[in-house]
Amino acid sequence: MTNVVTLKINDQDVSGRDDETILELARENKIPIPTLCHLEGLSNIGACRLCLVEIKGMNKLLPACVAKVQEGMEVYTDTERLQKYRRTILEMLFAEGNHICSACVSNGRCELQRVAQKLGMDHVRLEYRYDNRTVDASHERFALDYNRCILCTRCVRVCDEIEGAHTWDVMGRGVESRVITDMHQPWGESETCTSCSKCVQVCPTGALFEKGKAVSEMTKRKGFLAYLTSMREGLK
Amino acid sequence: MSKIKLATVWMDGCSGCHMSFLDIDERLLELAPHIDLVYSPLVDYKEFPHGVDVTLVEGAVSNEEDLEKIKRVRQRTKILVSLGDCAVTGNVPSMRNSFGTKAVLERAYLDPSLTNPQIPNVVIPPLLPFARPLHTAVKIDVFVPGCPPSADTIYYLLSELLAGRKPDLNSMTRFGA
Repeated sequence: MTNVVTLKINDQDVSGRDDETILELARENKIPIPTLCHLEGLSNIGACRLCLVEIKGMNKLLPACVAKVQEGMEVYTDTERLQKYRRTILEMLFAEGNHICSACVSNGRCELQRVAQKLGMDHVRLEYRYDNRTVDASHERFALDYNRCILCTRCVRVCDEIEGAHTWDVMGRGVESRVITDMHQPWGESETCTSCSKCVQVCPTGALFEKGKAVSEMTKRKGFLAYLTSMREGLK
Repeated sequence: MSKIKLATVWMDGCSGCHMSFLDIDERLLELAPHIDLVYSPLVDYKEFPHGVDVTLVEGAVSNEEDLEKIKRVRQRTKILVSLGDCAVTGNVPSMRNSFGTKAVLERAYLDPSLTNPQIPNVVIPPLLPFARPLHTAVKIDVFVPGCPPSADTIYYLLSELLAGRKPDLNSMTRFGA
């Protein structure tokens, strides 16, 4: 059974169901919280940490995409501390990969780029890693540029939860982590991949793209997710 | 408004930011009475002068000359502007960084298809291990992302600096713009 709870977000009184996340309730009330790994229609995993929020009386910051609302909670979504952490998180993402926007298929259509601008990240103070990463262009229609992957795992989740193929997964730990297809075989040799392109469409950056696209040409279509999830909910 | 001493510097970049600066077009005439262009690829002064008010630097720090130059520019400039993605992030010049200078030089100069393959070792300054953003070498006062930043962005930047304000460029430009 769900109950109605009342709480405060940025000193504004709001109410919601107690099975809702802070992110859901904030967005219902048009209170912006930046996200990257979250995508409506997929499960939430709190991986990117951009949606961290402050709760009054709690020293720990909570990821709004997975933290549930509670009666009497006082949530702050845009404090100085959060701004500082979010900017550092973004800088770490930029420093870790090789995100050369001007030479990217997703330039101007990229969620990472958009969030960076929105949060005022005009340069990266951290040391860039200049990691030598590869590109997997073995698939007939799509390619994966590891330089631009931020490990949001949307591809992994959409392939598993929506397409049901579970072609994608994550291998390795820390900076060695990589998304892989099947048992780390070239994508083009994957036996489970149905070539549905859902992973490509939900990828927030230019890491997954359709072959033949030049700079700024890769438009991603995420609309299918809402249709598929609402159809499934109707079947339940 | 008193005249400010303006300089522009071109390091490891494609000159697109300078082209965008010129794309201000007729508004250059508005700016001209307030600006003394003391050093630039667009004028003929050989030495970077002392006492410059504002310097716009395009391009990454990629070789030993760039490094020496940016340090000298910093010493002689009040407000140092990192102009464009190469200056701000390393951008396209930094795409060589994952491979190492040896591989890059060999690919460019020792390709078997060339008639006289040789790596240049005189006159041209040696490459640094990485093409890096300006702020890794010197303190930067204003960051202007964009590849290139639009003429409007550069015009706004200069107008604000002329008015003695620090420009807020976030809504006007971004990486890759």
